[in-house]
Amino acid sequence: MRDFEVVIGLEVHAQLRTQSKIFCSCSTVFGLEPNTNTCEVCLGMPGVLPVLNRAVVDCGIKLGLATGCSVEPVTVFARKNYFYPDLPKGYQITQYDHPLCSNGHLDIEVGGEKKRIGIVRIHMEEDAGKTIHDEDKPLSFIDFNRAGVPLLEIVSRPDLRSSSEAVEYLKVLRLLLMYLEICDGNMEEGSFRCDANVSVKPVGQQVLGIRTELKNMNSFRNVHKALDYEVRRQIELLAKGDTVVQETRLWNAALNESQPMRSKEESHDYRYFPEPDLVPVVVDEAWIDEIRATLPELPSDKRARFATTYGLPSYDTEVLTQSRALADFFEQCVEILDSPKDISNWIMTEVLHVLKVRGKGIGQLGLGPPEIAGLLALIREGTLSGTLAKEVFSEMVASGRDAHSIVSEKGLEQLSDKERIREAIEVVLNEHPKEVARYRGGKTQLLGFFVGQVMKATRGKANPNLTNTLIREMLDS
Amino acid sequence: MLETARRYRRGETTPTREIEALLEKIRTDDHNAFITVNAEEALEQAARADRDLNEGNEDILLGVPIAIKDNICTRGLPTTCASRILSNFTPAYDATVVRGLRNRGAVIIGKTNLDEFAMGSTTTSSSIGPSRNPWDRTKTPGGSSGGSAAAVASRLCAGALGSDTGGSVRQPASFCGITGLKPTYGSVSRYGLVAFASSLDQVGPMGRSARDVSVLFDAIRGHDPRDSTSVQGTHSLLTLDGLDMHGIRVGVPKAFFAQGLSEDVEGAVNSAISVMRELGADIVPVDLTTLTYGVAVYYIIACAEASSNLARYDGVRYGLRSSDATELVELYSRTRAEGFNAEVKRRIMLGTYVLSAGYYEAYYLKASQVRTLMVQDFQQAFTRCDLIAGPTAPVTAFGLDEMLDDPLSIYLLDIYTIPASLAGLPAMSIPCGFDRGGLPIGLQLIAPSFREDVLLGAGIAFQDATTFHEVMP
Repeated sequence: MRDFEVVIGLEVHAQLRTQSKIFCSCSTVFGLEPNTNTCEVCLGMPGVLPVLNRAVVDCGIKLGLATGCSVEPVTVFARKNYFYPDLPKGYQITQYDHPLCSNGHLDIEVGGEKKRIGIVRIHMEEDAGKTIHDEDKPLSFIDFNRAGVPLLEIVSRPDLRSSSEAVEYLKVLRLLLMYLEICDGNMEEGSFRCDANVSVKPVGQQVLGIRTELKNMNSFRNVHKALDYEVRRQIELLAKGDTVVQETRLWNAALNESQPMRSKEESHDYRYFPEPDLVPVVVDEAWIDEIRATLPELPSDKRARFATTYGLPSYDTEVLTQSRALADFFEQCVEILDSPKDISNWIMTEVLHVLKVRGKGIGQLGLGPPEIAGLLALIREGTLSGTLAKEVFSEMVASGRDAHSIVSEKGLEQLSDKERIREAIEVVLNEHPKEVARYRGGKTQLLGFFVGQVMKATRGKANPNLTNTLIREMLDS
Repeated sequence: MLETARRYRRGETTPTREIEALLEKIRTDDHNAFITVNAEEALEQAARADRDLNEGNEDILLGVPIAIKDNICTRGLPTTCASRILSNFTPAYDATVVRGLRNRGAVIIGKTNLDEFAMGSTTTSSSIGPSRNPWDRTKTPGGSSGGSAAAVASRLCAGALGSDTGGSVRQPASFCGITGLKPTYGSVSRYGLVAFASSLDQVGPMGRSARDVSVLFDAIRGHDPRDSTSVQGTHSLLTLDGLDMHGIRVGVPKAFFAQGLSEDVEGAVNSAISVMRELGADIVPVDLTTLTYGVAVYYIIACAEASSNLARYDGVRYGLRSSDATELVELYSRTRAEGFNAEVKRRIMLGTYVLSAGYYEAYYLKASQVRTLMVQDFQQAFTRCDLIAGPTAPVTAFGLDEMLDDPLSIYLLDIYTIPASLAGLPAMSIPCGFDRGGLPIGLQLIAPSFREDVLLGAGIAFQDATTFHEVMP
């Protein structure tokens, strides 16, 4: 069998976090009672007209600038005509000929290799409502709360060569959207959705193979599985001498396979034409500059800075920059306590563990950078042992109290008084004469045993380094 | 309208007495001008106007009965577009123009008849049957704003709102002997006007005189935050004085006197142009070579937009829903088959065709390009003149039984009104004579963008010198 090359292009729909919908003043809040977030405009009643929400253009320009796109000086809306019950007007207002942004790129890294993925275009459009089918009745319900929620559609070039690259591209894009605070990136709630165009061709062949479009992949895991499945399916077809049929396929996560959409649903001639109810949007340099000034530090820049400024390894910078809030949290801790690596370690292990268990973000930790820095300061100055610190941290998370008050209330301060540690060692050595003899006979590995006994006797409070030194002194003397 | 306002101030009548009398007249009227009569609310509005009038409210529109074409949304009052598909539809919102009139204290007397979805020139394709011309009940009042024109001409209201996409205010005004203005595209909000062709539709005032039309226009014009295509306009003063026609250059395009123009219409329009010359105007010939493409360009663009605008009538959320459908595509096709008339379906199909893959460039795109040329042609002409004059329609009102079977012949009736629509220019029809059968003839005046002041001023000057607009059917 010949080797095949995989060609993937992605279309991402990102729901924007604007206060109101794209063409009316209804709220964009998710999860309300069906059809409560609607008005005559987003319901497509007779005679109503759309009015563009300027904040949507702001979001589009922001993403365009962050991906190196050029921003169109005059951008135009168009109608995409098709019938579907959750599409109130019988057309979607989107962009066709003159998208807001074009010709940008995103940099990804897979297996240590950097790669630049082209972005063809970024355009603005409105979301449709949601159709919910009751398969038992049969009955269908439509919720128009989502109708008119603003979307950015981001279309990549077919530069992706594997499912791993595709997933990495999606992760990088999602992180960027979240950094720019224009999309919450929630794949389950559908605020970050993707469709994929997939084809394969024999290595070396210039002409692209026949592609299929994949839909309904609502998690990174599903994207991975669906793409792998599709690539395998196409290669098997070609290897048999069959041809790939150009079609749209839906990923079925329950069955772990994709199935072709009914051809009736995809044989659309969308009859695009310029939307006569909206005037072309003129995006001048002043507007672009205004948005440029609001751009935050982007994830890749932040990672690089964390490496140079704080001397952190790349694993740490990757983890700490997974959200703007987490990165800020880290930096605020460092500002209070100048121990970047200790703070990084504590955040990556203890803090993220707690957040993961509780399914929450750093904002909902209930503890701020001063509390975390305060706890780590106690460790650093020797007041609290690392072991007990974990206990104290749990208590902090549970109660929201600071480390200092917990430590002093429970009497957990580390025992660093040499005389008192010696007294404890004295007792341990007297209780274990055999082990003392064996140690003195050359079995120095028993040191750990004595340390453990002293820790036990002091309920973990004895300073471990000091205890070590003192035991050795006393046994060797 | 001004007359009604004067009678209120002179104490000759009150809004309540006026509205009561009109409602009685409408009850026995047989022009089929109204689809819905707003009797109850109109009397409430009249009672309020009575009080406001006593308190010294000086607004000309206070208590004045205005009829609204039934494709303009009125809160709590059915808005059917004369279509079965919207026969049960009552909006929860007012069109911006209606809200403006209500705020001024005008009385919404009722909703007037039209060709279904304003697609037609005869007001015969309505779901409630044709309206009749007050000058001859066997004739069409024109269309699509035929109900509004008939209501104004037969004195069932003081003024009315129509809508004009390719001539739907001007042509019925011409056929019914009243004055009708199609404003500059963008000078009046379209919010709440049920869309036919979005890039052409404008709400237009209709009245017995250019002064009445001017008052109504002043009440409905201006930028609306709910309509992005609306603008404030530069000439903001209410025009109530006649324009001094001395030195005004009136352009007369040869193309406006083409084959198919009735002799009587040609004669009356030429006499009207002579009147303007006598008033001091300079009559100059102008070239408008692209006018001949108007009808073709119009029917491509208007139908394209209509095919998309009418997609929302799918039986899912409101309006007619076919009861026979068992699955989705059937629900669509049956609802729309039952809900739309033949002309509406024809335009939806034409529009769908010209936007389809493979035809878009040849039809829609090409038509848009020619439209741009027509705009430039007018701009060029307006460097040589201040106004353009010609006939509103090539013929006068024809018999309801003489209805042309061939849609193309009907489309050609719009030949003189379409160019100003495509170019977005303000245009007005004013009465300028009668044919040998005694039916009214309209003179069309066209002005540069946002120069309604010139248009209305010239119309007032013309009407101050003539009496055609005062003749009652």
